[in-house]
Parts: sequence; structure tokens; C-alpha cells
Amino acid sequence: MSDIRDQEPEPGKAAKSGAGPGPVPPVSAGGPPAGPPVGKVPPEAVKAIPVRHYGRWISAAVVLFLLALLVQAFRNADIAWEVVGEYLDAETVVEGALNTLWITLCSMLLGVVLGVVLAVMRLSANPVLSSVSYAYIWFFRGTPVLVQLFLWFNLALIFPVFDIGFYEADMNEVMTPFMAALLGLGLNEAAYMAEISRAGILSVDRGQTEAAHALGMSGAKTMRRIVLPQAMRVIVPPTGNEFINMLKTSSLAYAIQYQELFLAGRNISSRTLAVMEMLIVVSVWYLVLTTVFSIGQYYLERYFARGSDHRLPPTPLQRIRAQLTSFRVRSKVRGASGEVTV
Amino acid sequence: MSEPMVRAEQVHKSFGPVKVLRGIDLEVRRGEVFCLVGPSGSGKSTFLRCINHLEQISAGRLWVDGRLVGYRQKGRKLYEMKEREVAAQRRDIGMVFQRFNLFPHMTAVENVMEAPVQVKGVPRARARERAVELLERVGLGDKIRAYPAQLSGGQQQRVAIARALAMDPKLMLFDEPTSALDPELVGEVLDVMRQLAEEGMTMIVVTHEMGFAREVGDSLVFMDGGVVVEAGHPREVLTDPRHERTRAFLSKVL
Repeated sequence: MSDIRDQEPEPGKAAKSGAGPGPVPPVSAGGPPAGPPVGKVPPEAVKAIPVRHYGRWISAAVVLFLLALLVQAFRNADIAWEVVGEYLDAETVVEGALNTLWITLCSMLLGVVLGVVLAVMRLSANPVLSSVSYAYIWFFRGTPVLVQLFLWFNLALIFPVFDIGFYEADMNEVMTPFMAALLGLGLNEAAYMAEISRAGILSVDRGQTEAAHALGMSGAKTMRRIVLPQAMRVIVPPTGNEFINMLKTSSLAYAIQYQELFLAGRNISSRTLAVMEMLIVVSVWYLVLTTVFSIGQYYLERYFARGSDHRLPPTPLQRIRAQLTSFRVRSKVRGASGEVTV
Repeated sequence: MSEPMVRAEQVHKSFGPVKVLRGIDLEVRRGEVFCLVGPSGSGKSTFLRCINHLEQISAGRLWVDGRLVGYRQKGRKLYEMKEREVAAQRRDIGMVFQRFNLFPHMTAVENVMEAPVQVKGVPRARARERAVELLERVGLGDKIRAYPAQLSGGQQQRVAIARALAMDPKLMLFDEPTSALDPELVGEVLDVMRQLAEEGMTMIVVTHEMGFAREVGDSLVFMDGGVVVEAGHPREVLTDPRHERTRAFLSKVL
């Protein structure tokens, strides 16, 4: 630990001297007359006027202008904004949003767990397991998720009775819109998660498995304790992407009468004829949900990056703070070498 | 003396058409430091990996502590061992890799505790105590909570040695343990190995450190092209090699 601290100033120093306009001219270069004599270079941090980025200011002005035009256009459009405001927190809409959140969480959970299992099966030495996994991925990735939703929802047409030996029920009662949506979305997701997990598992160095085996760990333990935790670093970012995708894909479940956000909006607009207004309400909600998830994903990635690097990049909050202070303070060196994770 | 720790008879190993080992015969006695030297591609690392069944041998027989590695023999028939039996056999054989292979998502102490807790079922508190003790022994008492990425190569390799020792092995395999290190870090790893040798650990060391081999080694085998070219006491082989091939090799590395 101590020697890490000792090394700390090194990159800082390098950045400082690199940022300045050639602070120390090489001694052997013949010494241009303007160059300071050797030994007279001040040892403190370089204070230089940073490069001015006029292009950035101009482009910002252009973007703001275009944005103003867009806002103006929407203000003049035939949209009843008070209706948007009114329905933004309507009970049906909030309920729909919660249902969207719920089905997303449930089907992602199903997708991730099953996906990891499928990936491990696919990479297994057992040919039966790997071909089962291959066939699963082939089918669920090869058919549209909307078709799969209808397949599950209409399962009663071919299996009128749900019978698993100890439990028997009418299929129409078992296959509620929620159940059909969960199976349709979750099982489809598992196929994609399987491929993502497989890539993650393959990204882990073979030496890790060998080291674990050499210590006497079994294959399953090696996978669970050594390989998967390291694979997570590769698996998490695309999974976050899948999560956000699922939030939006879950809107397809409106077709099988699952009471999610989009269906809630449609129900209201078919009653009030405020079509565009309800679409805006629904979009706002989707944006809120995806934004919250993006933030969660960011911190999850940081967690799984532990031990992979000396220091993590600053969080957005830390970065904003550094940016704001950098306008006032010339030297930005602080923000770059902020923290060390221990 | 009693049963040798490792006995190899006509060990062959091929990867497809490539014959890497072509009949290795040797014995490693208990408590000795056995050095394997030779040019790269001579099969010394492969042979080491066969000893704990990371590689399966193609022909011949290999015993560790009197038991066949990876197989059971009933009458004249050989049966492949199940995964669990192989794992059980490996428990008693520690291995240190050229590239350390520490678990990067665990701290130093977690790396050392992992196998005792997961494989032997040692309670966490006790495993941790032991791990700290081992890390202190390799001179890393102050790096317990550091992640591998925060350690130098020499420190990582010492953690790797502590990790192997945590399973109380009766045999330690070292696969070029200092080859990936900066020259100034080699010494700290060799010191730990020297100390281990003095404590009577049976060690098989694949190495290019001829100084270490001469000073600490009890036996030395020079391999080339998948066969043992010359074997004997390190001092004899290194100072007065009998084979032309050995002489040529040594003249380049010494």
C-alpha cells in the first residue's frame, strides 16, 4: 500500500510537465538563445494558459439555437400540454409504469439466471448439455418475441389443461397475461443472455482455471468462485443494455393484454382521443425508467471492476464537480488523479 | 530410502502430431529440490504440468507419492479418474505459475484463503488467520488487503507461493517462477523458495536461474527435445557437463 502512495505523484508530475510547452529543453540540443539556462527551471507546477476552444462555444450556441427552434415548434403544435401534465401522474399510468418495471425485473431475472446456465451448458464438455443449449438458443433467438408472446398466451389452444402430475389446472387460468409475458420475454431474453455470458466466460484467462484446478477446486467451484465473478466485468455492461432494451420491449406485452405502461396510455387515449398527449406521457415515463436504470448500471459496473485496475475513473458527480472547478481553477491535475481504491 | 515422491517411467506426451515428451524416466526423492532446466520447447513445463494432471500423459506411467496420477489401476486395466478424484489428488500438490495467475477479483488474503475454505472446508476465521501467517512468512504482512493489480510482480508471485502453501502440499511445483519478473524482483522470490527448501519441502523447479539451481538444488535434469539428456547433482552438471548439447546450452545461459 505504501509504495502505491509513493508512486502516486509520478503520473501527476508527468501530466504537469507534459501539459506545459516544453518546460525543460534537452541539454544537448545546442540550447536556443531564448531557452532558460539549465538549473534555473522553477520546480513548482506549470501554470500555463490552457488552449482556448472557440469551436466548442460556437457549436454550443448553434445547438442551443436549434433546440430553441424545436421547443418553439412544439409550443405552437396542436398539443394539449395540460392534458400531458394531468395524466403524467394519473393512477392508471403510474400503475402501468410499475407493471412495466415489474415485468422487466422478473423477465430479466429469469433471463439472466437461465442465460448463465445455458452459457455454462454450452461450454460444457458434455455433448448432451451443449447441444440442448445450442438448440434452445437457436429457437428462441430465431423467432420474433412478439410471436413467442402469442405462443405462450394461446397455449391453451393446444394444451387445454396444465398438468404436471401433482398439480392440475385450467391452462387459461395459469397462463395469465403476466405469466405469458414473463415466459415470452424471459425465455427469449435467456437466449441473448446466454451468448453474452458465454462471451464473458471465454474472456477469462485460462490460467485462472488452471490455478483453481491446481489448488484442487472442482470444475463447478472454479466456475462459480473464480471464472464467473471475473466474467461479470464483461457481462454487466451488455446486460445493462439488455435491461434497458427489456424496459422498452416489454411494451409488446400490450398485445396480450398485460397492463403495462403503453397499454395504460392507449386505454386512456382511446377514451379521451388525446393520442399524442398520451404517447408523450408514456415516453416521459419510459425515459425516467431507463435513466434510473442507466445510473444503476454505472455503479454496478464500478463494483465489478474492483481489483481490475489501480483506480477507477471518477463518477459523473465527481467529474461534474471537477469540471465546474476547472473553469475557475486553471490546473486540472487534481481531478485526474482523484482517488485510489483500496 | 522409502518411496520416491515422484516417479516417471517412459512418460510420453503429444499434442496431436507434435511429440513433446518422448519417454521421460526420473525419480524425485522426498525433501529434495529437483531442478528441470533446458531450452524452451524442451518439454520441461509440460512434464511439470503432467505431474498434477493439468496435462494428460499419452504413454508411460507417472506416480506421485506412490499413486498413479489421474488413473486407477485394476489388474492390467487403467481407469480414468473422475473429476473429483483428480481434484483430490491435486490438493496435495502446490503449483506456482510463470504468470502468477492470482485471482484478480480477490485481495491477497482472500487469494490465500480461497482454497482452504472452498476445498477443505476450513472455517473462514481460521483460514484467514493462517493466510495472514503465510503472507507474513513470505514478507507481505503489510499487503494483506491489496488486490493483485496493486502489487509488483515479485509480490504477486510471493502471494501465489503463499496461496499454494495454504493447502499444506507435500510437493511444490514451480513453473519458471521468476521468468516473468523484472531482474531486480527475482531475488525476493528466490529467497522465499530457498527458505522453503530449507524447511524440507519437496520441490520441482523449472528454471533458468542456474545460480539458484547450483546453490539450492539437490538434483538437476537437463532436458532437450522431450528427453532427459543429462541428470545428476547440479554442481556436477553445471560445472562439468558431459553431453555436447548440455554444454552448448549452458554456455549460452551461464
